[in-house]
Amino acid sequence: MQLIACPWCGPREEVEFHYGGQAGVAYPADPAALSDEEWGRFVFVRANPVGRFEERWSHSAGCRRWFTAVRDTATYRFQA
Amino acid sequence: MSESTSEPSGPSRVDGYGRIDRSRTLRFTFDGREYTGHPGDTLASALLANGVRRTGTSVAHGRPRGITAAWSEDPTGLVQVEAPFPEPMLLATTIELVDGLVARSVAGRGRLADVPDTARYDRRHAHCETLVVGAGPAGLLAARTAARRGDRVVLVDDRPAAGGSLLGTERIQGRAAFDFVADTLAELRANPDVRILPRTTAFGHYDDGFVLALERRTEHLASPPANVSRQRVWRIRAGHVVVATGAHERPIVFCDNDRPGTMLAASARDLLHRYGVLAGREIVVFTSDDAAHGAAVDLASAGAAVTLLDARPTLSAATSALLEEGAVHVRPGATVTGTRGGDAGEITHALTDTGEVPCDLLLVSGGWNPTAHLFSHVRGTLRYDAELGAFRPGEAVPGTSVVGAANGTLDLAGCLAEGRGESPEPVPTVGSASVPTVGSASAPRLNQVLWRTDGDPARQYVDLQRDGTVADIARATGAGMRSVEHVKRYTTIGTAHDQGKTSGMLASAITAELLGVPVESLGTTTFRPPYTPVAFAALAGRERGRLFDPERTTALHAWHVEHGAVFEDVGQWKRPRHYPQAGEGMDEAVLRECAAVRTGVGILDGSTLGKIDVQGPDAGAFLDMIYTNMISTLRPGRARYGVMCGLDGMVIDDGTVLRVNEDRFLVMTTTGGAAPILDHLEEWLQTEWPHLRVALTSVTEQWATFPVVGPRSRDVIGAFAPHVDVSAEAFPFMGFVDTEVDDVPVRLARISFSGELAWEVSVDGWHAPAVWDRLLELGAPHGITPYGTETMHVLRAEKGYPIIGQDTDGTVSPHDLGLGWAVSKKKADFLGRRSFTRPSNVDPLRKQLVGLLPLDRTRKLPEGSQIVELTDALPPPPVPMLGHVTSSYRSAALGRTFALALVKGGHARIGERLTVPVGAELVPVEVTGSVLFDPEGARRDG
Repeated sequence: MQLIACPWCGPREEVEFHYGGQAGVAYPADPAALSDEEWGRFVFVRANPVGRFEERWSHSAGCRRWFTAVRDTATYRFQA
Repeated sequence: MSESTSEPSGPSRVDGYGRIDRSRTLRFTFDGREYTGHPGDTLASALLANGVRRTGTSVAHGRPRGITAAWSEDPTGLVQVEAPFPEPMLLATTIELVDGLVARSVAGRGRLADVPDTARYDRRHAHCETLVVGAGPAGLLAARTAARRGDRVVLVDDRPAAGGSLLGTERIQGRAAFDFVADTLAELRANPDVRILPRTTAFGHYDDGFVLALERRTEHLASPPANVSRQRVWRIRAGHVVVATGAHERPIVFCDNDRPGTMLAASARDLLHRYGVLAGREIVVFTSDDAAHGAAVDLASAGAAVTLLDARPTLSAATSALLEEGAVHVRPGATVTGTRGGDAGEITHALTDTGEVPCDLLLVSGGWNPTAHLFSHVRGTLRYDAELGAFRPGEAVPGTSVVGAANGTLDLAGCLAEGRGESPEPVPTVGSASVPTVGSASAPRLNQVLWRTDGDPARQYVDLQRDGTVADIARATGAGMRSVEHVKRYTTIGTAHDQGKTSGMLASAITAELLGVPVESLGTTTFRPPYTPVAFAALAGRERGRLFDPERTTALHAWHVEHGAVFEDVGQWKRPRHYPQAGEGMDEAVLRECAAVRTGVGILDGSTLGKIDVQGPDAGAFLDMIYTNMISTLRPGRARYGVMCGLDGMVIDDGTVLRVNEDRFLVMTTTGGAAPILDHLEEWLQTEWPHLRVALTSVTEQWATFPVVGPRSRDVIGAFAPHVDVSAEAFPFMGFVDTEVDDVPVRLARISFSGELAWEVSVDGWHAPAVWDRLLELGAPHGITPYGTETMHVLRAEKGYPIIGQDTDGTVSPHDLGLGWAVSKKKADFLGRRSFTRPSNVDPLRKQLVGLLPLDRTRKLPEGSQIVELTDALPPPPVPMLGHVTSSYRSAALGRTFALALVKGGHARIGERLTVPVGAELVPVEVTGSVLFDPEGARRDG
């Protein structure tokens, strides 16, 4: 079981964390201005790279804070 | 010495050997016969001491089998233990003998005990800088080095006593080996930062230094203390893991190599030195290197006649020396090609290329396989070492080091050096088999790696537990398999309890030979946890029965139990489903409770509803984004029903919101939504709108809430809080007041989930039982009736109020539920809003919530039933499906059955008839609006 470094609590076991998918996908400033296609992409489509990936994680069984981490999806290692 | 057959604990016991306590005798029973042994014996050593050769029958071929190794690598010696603790398929070689042990042989398969396992199992966590697995010479020195450095150290070892493969005849640092072991242990024990765990098997190694280990705490005790757990799973988090797990001796495959009396050479030597058991009197040792010489010499010294068949045509220096000493009869260049046996199948002759050799024990040594399992578990790669004839750890894995025989270092001096940390990482690439063995000067060993000898492949056993032969491997490669992983699964070789500890390397090598490729190009199958079998009971630990999943109960649980409630599980909550009276089933009880609520007054324990305290100057703005309807316009002291959607516009939860004051709201969620909705709110608040000044707190457990429901509820609440004006004018629907009754703060809220006049009474859990009792007392003149969740469900369904998660499945929008009125048209944005205009959301053929009335008024449709067009004969499949029944009940108020259903274009089908196939029957139903009772809402104000 991996250790994940929570920026608030330090390294904790991965079962304490909840995965939140790709980071940096901002809620659109004006959803009404988007086409159906653009809105559909925002709601449903996320990157799925092999290698470095900026992700959202929540220390859900600890401090309950969300944070962004960089993880290598091929090795599972957290890099930042 | 060799003639001490009068030993009480068996004819094969020899004096002067072994670390057993001969002053005490233990009685045990095997296959119905009584035997004796000594403390320090294993069941296997005691059986062999008593001359028991056959310990089982093979699973597929029905062949007799015996003990073939002295510890956990034994593929054959599985037994069924009947007493003192019934358990199937344990290895006789790892069962420590206790007085009164009863065991039976098995034919490949054991059987589960037919009595419950009442033992206690538990779990502990440990944290350390250095974890050392294995207390042999390398491991002991590794632990000592780490401890002297100041590390917190955990040392686990699967044997009852430390020392690993040491026999006691060696010398270490000028001392007798066991003096060295004792001194090192004493030093470690004196260090408060060192934890030593004997009888503890590290069975899995995971990321970041996480190791699971099973400690067997009581099985070696004749009468275990009741307060000590039988087994304990250690969850160890180590900065550095030192794998010092030794090596397993490798057999050589020949015909009929599975006969009782065929054994690994070092295991026979082990039996002699640990248990004083001389497993044969007339012994043949078959080997292709020098590693078995020690066994040959020791067994000869103990009184056996030993013949060494050395497959190598050229004499090694060690073999020459042996020949000169004369204690062992040496035949160079001889190979064993088969065996012959007696009536019971036990070995009587070794068949060699130059004739038969009589024997009662055939020892085999084909070299050593490093026990690299814990290195492989963390994706350490193994590389083939041609001199070793085995795979050994390759490139180092950060945080893990492998030392001693597990690293392929088979000589004692090398093991000690690696244990001290003198071997730099990564591990040396020089073949360590060329390192001189202790006491043999520096002569090269002239190893010859030998996997198998000539003979009938159908009788050459690779995996003795699975009855997997060379012929099976040939069938696999003949069928086109080229990967050892495929061969393993096709033949099942290496899939038994031992997971191929002795057979895995042979299977790879023989597969390579059959395919005509070098074994290094094939590799080996992947070692996966657990290293040895672990009982589910140990993994479950305390989490059994009532502790399997936490049970949540409300402040009134004792009252519910006392009043005969039938409970249902709602998530982890225990909720009263109904309160049957004498002679009532659920249907009768629910009809009675429903009627009481609609005609008089009922009371429900609704404490499990999720409650989230939302505070801060921006709380209103925040909730406007979360709910589909407007929340910020709510006035303090008022409540509003609201719907929450995901970004896709589908309903995720619903409930009422109370505005306590300008900056504070109480969000009520469904019981199941309490935790996920809090997560949902936190996620949006923290990740999208961190600028909003809002704080969220779960207060579900802080409030007990009792809906008092029905036309007579005003009388009850009026009496309960006489200082509060409960008239419809002064206390309107969706209003609430915070007040005190008998100095207890209570909240009264006119919220209704049934369409009836109703108040929800909320109070802290401490005062909840008193308030509940008071409400019952005041309600008694009106026949107040406690009701459960089933009645609540019927009452809400009669009103068409959906249950999120029962009438919805994540693909249902507010409009589909007829809740379009709760979707704000004024707000610029809220979660899900943009999705409502997507083409699929406005498709008129979306499934929509409707009511269904079976034409047979007594017919209750099963929930989940499919719905098709009206028909009296189903068309050939595929039959177009229109939807399904989501809720179905008998209604006291309607005097009939009814259902809610999601039906394609359902709102436009109201008045139509459809068919619900139930088994072979076709049940006609009429589609109605979802609000079946009091559609005008006339009852709300009493």
